Amino acid sequence: MRTPTSIHLRNIHKQFGSFIALNDVSLNIPSGQLAAILGPSGSGKTTLLRIIAGLETQNTGSLCFDTEDLTNTSPCDRHVGFVFQHYALFRHMTVLENIGFGLKVRRRKLGLSKKDIRDRALRLLTTVYLEGLENRLPQELSGGQRQRVALARALAIEPKVLLLDEPFGALDAKVRKELRRWLRIFHEQMGITTVFVTHDQDEALEIADQIVVMNHGRIEQAGAPAEVFERPASIFVEEFLGISDISQPIDRLTGPVAVPDQMEFPGALEVRA
Amino acid sequence: MSTATVTSFSNKALTARYGRAIQRDPRWLRAGLIGVALLYLAVLVLLPLVLVFTAALAKGITACWHAITDPAALDAVRLTLFISFASVSMNMVFGVAAAWAITKFQFRAKGLLITLIDLPFSVSPVVSGLIFVLLFGAQGWFGPWLQAHNVRIIFAWPAILLATTFVTFPFVARELIPLMHAQGSDEEQAAITLGASGWQTFRHVTFPNIRWGLIYALILCNARAMGEFGAVSVVSGHVRGQTETIPLHVEALYNEYSSAAAFSVASLLALFAFATLGMKVLTERHLSRNTGNRQFSTDQTFRSLE
Amino acid sequence: MFQRKSKHVLPGFRITMGFTLVYLFLIVIFPLLGLGIKASAIGWARFYEIATSQRVIASLRLSFGASLIAATINVFFGLVVAWVLVRYRFSGKRIIDALVDIPFALPTAVAGIALTTLYSSKGWIGVWLSPLGIKVAYTPLGIIVALSFVSLPLVVRSIQPVLEEFDPEVEEAAALLGAHRGQRFMQVLLPELAPAILTGFALSMARAVGEYGSVVFISGNLPMHTEIAPLLIVTKLEQYDYVGATAIAAIMLLFSFSILLGINLSQHWRRRRLAPALP
Repeated sequence: MRTPTSIHLRNIHKQFGSFIALNDVSLNIPSGQLAAILGPSGSGKTTLLRIIAGLETQNTGSLCFDTEDLTNTSPCDRHVGFVFQHYALFRHMTVLENIGFGLKVRRRKLGLSKKDIRDRALRLLTTVYLEGLENRLPQELSGGQRQRVALARALAIEPKVLLLDEPFGALDAKVRKELRRWLRIFHEQMGITTVFVTHDQDEALEIADQIVVMNHGRIEQAGAPAEVFERPASIFVEEFLGISDISQPIDRLTGPVAVPDQMEFPGALEVRA
Repeated sequence: MSTATVTSFSNKALTARYGRAIQRDPRWLRAGLIGVALLYLAVLVLLPLVLVFTAALAKGITACWHAITDPAALDAVRLTLFISFASVSMNMVFGVAAAWAITKFQFRAKGLLITLIDLPFSVSPVVSGLIFVLLFGAQGWFGPWLQAHNVRIIFAWPAILLATTFVTFPFVARELIPLMHAQGSDEEQAAITLGASGWQTFRHVTFPNIRWGLIYALILCNARAMGEFGAVSVVSGHVRGQTETIPLHVEALYNEYSSAAAFSVASLLALFAFATLGMKVLTERHLSRNTGNRQFSTDQTFRSLE
Repeated sequence: MFQRKSKHVLPGFRITMGFTLVYLFLIVIFPLLGLGIKASAIGWARFYEIATSQRVIASLRLSFGASLIAATINVFFGLVVAWVLVRYRFSGKRIIDALVDIPFALPTAVAGIALTTLYSSKGWIGVWLSPLGIKVAYTPLGIIVALSFVSLPLVVRSIQPVLEEFDPEVEEAAALLGAHRGQRFMQVLLPELAPAILTGFALSMARAVGEYGSVVFISGNLPMHTEIAPLLIVTKLEQYDYVGATAIAAIMLLFSFSILLGINLSQHWRRRRLAPALP
């Protein structure tokens, strides 16, 4: 596997009319890291993610993947995997067609046959524990299943970078906990540089390598969870992470994790005919 | 770009104001498509509209005025106003009653009832007239009986009224049903428990809520009633001064080559169409406040034929 | 103690329902039934004879054919107009929006005489076309123009709401997966729009086939050539051929009923198919 991409943001400034969404933001996400952008609504975290993806263009500042400047690259060419909070699956396509879409639109460039695409998509389906559901429509799946289809779809194009926008925001608490651990395990396996946006501090503290705390378009603090937790840079960080309220330390999921042979998923086996 | 400050920062608010970058088409495509749309509409819709007015004034404004104030034209206006008022009023009462029955109560076959109410939308105007000729014409079912009692329906205003009522039948009901359905019956139930009678409940609770939807429906219903041609043409007899509505009068003038006169009277209808659209825009603003959805009413109501 | 459970909380069910049913029956059901009964009284043999007579077939072919072409033209232009109205911001957008509604609001007779004058050989447009040998007024081409006029709003207003509601994130997702604009349109947007486009098409057909006022002036009304079906009904009525008129009316009614039934059914199926089966 090739070396994962690193992300470099320098002095990013983004304004909507007179509203400043991102104010001189600089950030480095090293190769292969799982980074969490944490903050309340309106902090600019989603805007930052969208700028990395190319869905928004910054007013000033530069964005690089490794050493390649992306300022003039359209989102279609950035090779970014993006998972939306509400999945954004293609309603009229089956699960398999959804997953294979990125390969299908680049078919000629990649020199893939229809069979190749189908095989790859099926393989990805298995990776996210959704075998047997390839001919379902998104409407026939549960929230957790749809999220995994969205993930498989993003991964199908072998992206340089994986971006997730509040990936578990629309799911209930139990499913959230399971899926976030699974994301960490997945990240260990895949090794792709991953950035996810969340407003849930437990999520960030539990699985991220780097936490970026944002507020009002600025980065309040960026660092490893232990550092942010033990040495909060400002009162905002302290309050947002609920540090003073914590009576016992958060359970950290760190280091390489052994993947069990079979993982039980809520809903994974539900829809078997 | 708007200069007002964005107070609520949510993706939805930003999208609403600034659109999504991905959806922005390149300038050449935008210009091209807008150009095509403008050209198509200009040729297909705008030109005929402009022509109505220029042709009306072709012989000068005095001639135009004479055509409009001609006794036959005024008779046509009187008849049209009378027919519209009567048919719209009847359909309004029906529409309110049907909407009340359908939205405030539970019963089976609601879908069937709504489909039946929609039927006139799917009938060709000429057929809408024909059915009444088959009933009340000289050779119709009731023909002999009517002749024996010297009652004239076909080729007289009652048939025009029936045909117009048939054609505009669904308008009010179709507008009120989704509106009242969306509003639910909680408020009415509260009123009942507070001791109000059915009529009081309707007058003080329901009616204020549906007021704008009703006005909107009446505007559309009236516009259609006044402009109806095919159905009225079949049942009317075309007797000048007696059974001519404004559209029929326009046709008569046109067929006898009084083109300027025909367009003069037609311009009345065109002006009225503008007024209708203007009122529609005004009431739509009030409507969207009530239900938060502007498009559904236009979408469903405008399924009419002719 | 036996308590009578009141079926309805609110009063007035019986009176409103009763009035509704009576009025519905008198104004709509009864007359339509009358047509149905009279049509069936014609008997199969005679009905078939009328329906397959040359003049009737010519008129039906004209009405259906012209409606089909007009509906197809409006699918293309209607899509462009809807796209422009939903996706773009420009001054004059309100005017386009109002123009789209004009065919709804303008009485058909007015549209009819205006279009005829416009496309006649001395009319503003006709004068440009006649040196090219193109005749519009009093030909099937004119009928197509008139039917396009009449059915445009049906297509645009069918497509518009679906386009407005389209989730922009789905487009973004498609772009990030590598789809460029054309691919996004063909593979993601168009399939979503297809049902609405079909509905608009079907509504146009249903309306155009029965259209009278806008068409009867521009069509020339030559039997076998430019005589539309509704006009043929009127002609037969004037000749006291009630049987003939009834037969053609029955055919047209069957057609528009089945179109509307088709639309309602397909919307019903689609709602069931796309409704989420799981929470």
